[in-house]
Amino acid sequence: MSGFDKVVGSYEEAMAGLEDNMTVIAGGFGLCGIPENLIKEIKRKGTRGLTVVSNNCGTDKFGLGILLVDKQIRKMVASYVGENALFEAQMMSGELEVELTPQGTLAEKMRAGGAGIPAFYTATGYGTPVGEGKEVRQFKGRHYILEEAIQGDFSIAKAWKADRYGNLVFRKTARNFNPMAVTAGRIAVVEVEEIVEVGALDPDEIHLPGIYVNRLIQGTFEKNIEQRTVRSA
Amino acid sequence: MALTREQLAQRVAQEFQDGYYINLGIGIPTLAANYIPEGVEVMLQSENGLLGMGPFPREDEVDPDLINAGKQTVTMARGASIFSSADSFAMIRGGHVDLTVLGAFEVDCQGNIASYMIPGKLIKGMGGAMDLVAGADNIIVTMTHASKHGESKLLNTCTLPLTGKGCIKRVLTDLALLDIEDGSFILRERAPGVSVEEIVRLTAGKLVVPGHVPEMQFA
Repeated sequence: MSGFDKVVGSYEEAMAGLEDNMTVIAGGFGLCGIPENLIKEIKRKGTRGLTVVSNNCGTDKFGLGILLVDKQIRKMVASYVGENALFEAQMMSGELEVELTPQGTLAEKMRAGGAGIPAFYTATGYGTPVGEGKEVRQFKGRHYILEEAIQGDFSIAKAWKADRYGNLVFRKTARNFNPMAVTAGRIAVVEVEEIVEVGALDPDEIHLPGIYVNRLIQGTFEKNIEQRTVRSA
Repeated sequence: MALTREQLAQRVAQEFQDGYYINLGIGIPTLAANYIPEGVEVMLQSENGLLGMGPFPREDEVDPDLINAGKQTVTMARGASIFSSADSFAMIRGGHVDLTVLGAFEVDCQGNIASYMIPGKLIKGMGGAMDLVAGADNIIVTMTHASKHGESKLLNTCTLPLTGKGCIKRVLTDLALLDIEDGSFILRERAPGVSVEEIVRLTAGKLVVPGHVPEMQFA
């Protein structure tokens, strides 16, 4: 077996080493492209005190929301958390700390975290509650705030296809935060719908190189839809 | 008469120009996609990573891997492209999107906007709104001019926490189209049948009324 082979045999193995009070960065937007089985494994493990960084926190019944049931999340860093009654209750009672972060800033924090950039300036949030207490600098007459990168003990992500080396291909808008999330985790765990042999993917079509991936597992997915909107034929 | 949601959407769509890349917020802004003028081709950006958003899918086209920023199932238009959230906001922050349309609770005559948080009530988050207002040059805010109780939402200074500072230059309400210049609202158009006096009465922020304020035109 090659040292580049990232495939692990079980979800238990995929999340081995996750401990209480760690930081987990998760890919996904709403319920689209979320690592649903890796989240279920965290629930099964019962790891607590987690800081979770993700654009959203799932719903009451699916995605990251299931980690709220047993109060496994201590702090949530997200841009939008509106779809979840349990989240609201725990936030209001103070059991759950929430750091609201603008969506683009969140994506860039993950990107920077994976790219060795400790912080960056952005105009987003200047003069708003998000900018409070942050360093401000002017460039060409405009105000920017300093935002720090995010890194995780673990990152969990979902891709469509991978080869055994962990080269990843995403599908449609299930890509979203997943590529950056992968890069920002010290241990990056990715679940996919299909693992193919090395060489089967065209190098030009790989969205994220396997160098960022530590563990890879093939799963089956429910892929729940939050807002099923259709037009009549 | 105050504009209906459909008329607001129609008036927004009159601002669409051929070749525009446009980000439409949730609600009335999204409705504007139904009124794209004839002969005008626009491409809709959805900040979760889609440029070239198409209409809602037919039942047999529904794909859980293809949603818009409102988490609704959508389709892709011809010529669409897909990218990560980081690339999506590089586009937005980098000023590459030609027009952004979004809703608000309040705007003020300094160009400030408050749209994501009412203290004491549930805080759901800003999503991409802060990035959108900071990154775009050409923004239209759509909103009702006043609350149900007749309290103006066009103020001298926003009372709610800000989404962005000094970034709004154009506001379309159910009563009027206004620009924001040099610390004042400037009344550009009024809804059909709405008097200048009514708009003045319901605008708390500093307002400049030009000599002639035309009615909005709808096809």
